[in-house]
Amino acid sequence: MTAARGTRFRTYSLLGLFVFLRPVGNLSLAWGTKHFPQELSLNPVVYLRAMVDPFVALGIAMLILSLLTRLALLSLADLSFVLPVTAIGYVLAALFGQMFLHEAVNAQQWMGTALIFMGTGLVGSTKQNTTPTGKGSA
Amino acid sequence: MKWILLSIVVTATALSDILQSHEMKRAGEQSVGARGLARLLKMIAVRRDLILSIVCLALSFFAFMALVQAEPLSFAVPASAASFILETALAKVVLKEKVGVRRGTGALLVLGGVMLLAR
Repeated sequence: MTAARGTRFRTYSLLGLFVFLRPVGNLSLAWGTKHFPQELSLNPVVYLRAMVDPFVALGIAMLILSLLTRLALLSLADLSFVLPVTAIGYVLAALFGQMFLHEAVNAQQWMGTALIFMGTGLVGSTKQNTTPTGKGSA
Repeated sequence: MKWILLSIVVTATALSDILQSHEMKRAGEQSVGARGLARLLKMIAVRRDLILSIVCLALSFFAFMALVQAEPLSFAVPASAASFILETALAKVVLKEKVGVRRGTGALLVLGGVMLLAR
């Protein structure tokens, strides 16, 4: 495997992991906060109480892991590449909203989903990194 | 209130992403194995731009938590992607990334899709 292909493979592995972790983390967070009995206000105590809810805590853990994955991803690829390609997570968020939180997804939103797929495909076919990268270590 | 929360999410996210991308490109290739994760956590603790990016991210996160409680997830997540256009422009201007025709068109298609999803 050439160095360029190896980097591309690592980039897409990280993308796959991030695209899984982010929407699942968001779903868990949404589920936990929606079932939390108090309204989240500017009071930090209420936030701290919400954060010990198991679904909120799981959501936070997955989002922290997704943040670290994204940092590693940004060490390999441009921000203007990562942003559109990871937008596939928005589609998953809409799907999860429909499946688990019983939120309605209409025809307009399915059209939005199709556009995201097309845009993601187009950006995914461009060079992932167009700026100099530091040496670092993997 | 929802638009104020959304503005906080968008601005803080854009700032955080620009700082992260700048710093991670300087750091070089990183991985997410056990050692890689430990190295990333250590980097977050010592690099000023990453610390600042995490502060912005935390602000965005708490605003998002309040937003997602009051609004449907299928609104909150796509609407917060308004940061997308701001970030792509900043990536070109600040980070000097080459946003060519294909990448630009793809980004616009994704933005259109996100807007349609947001209702």
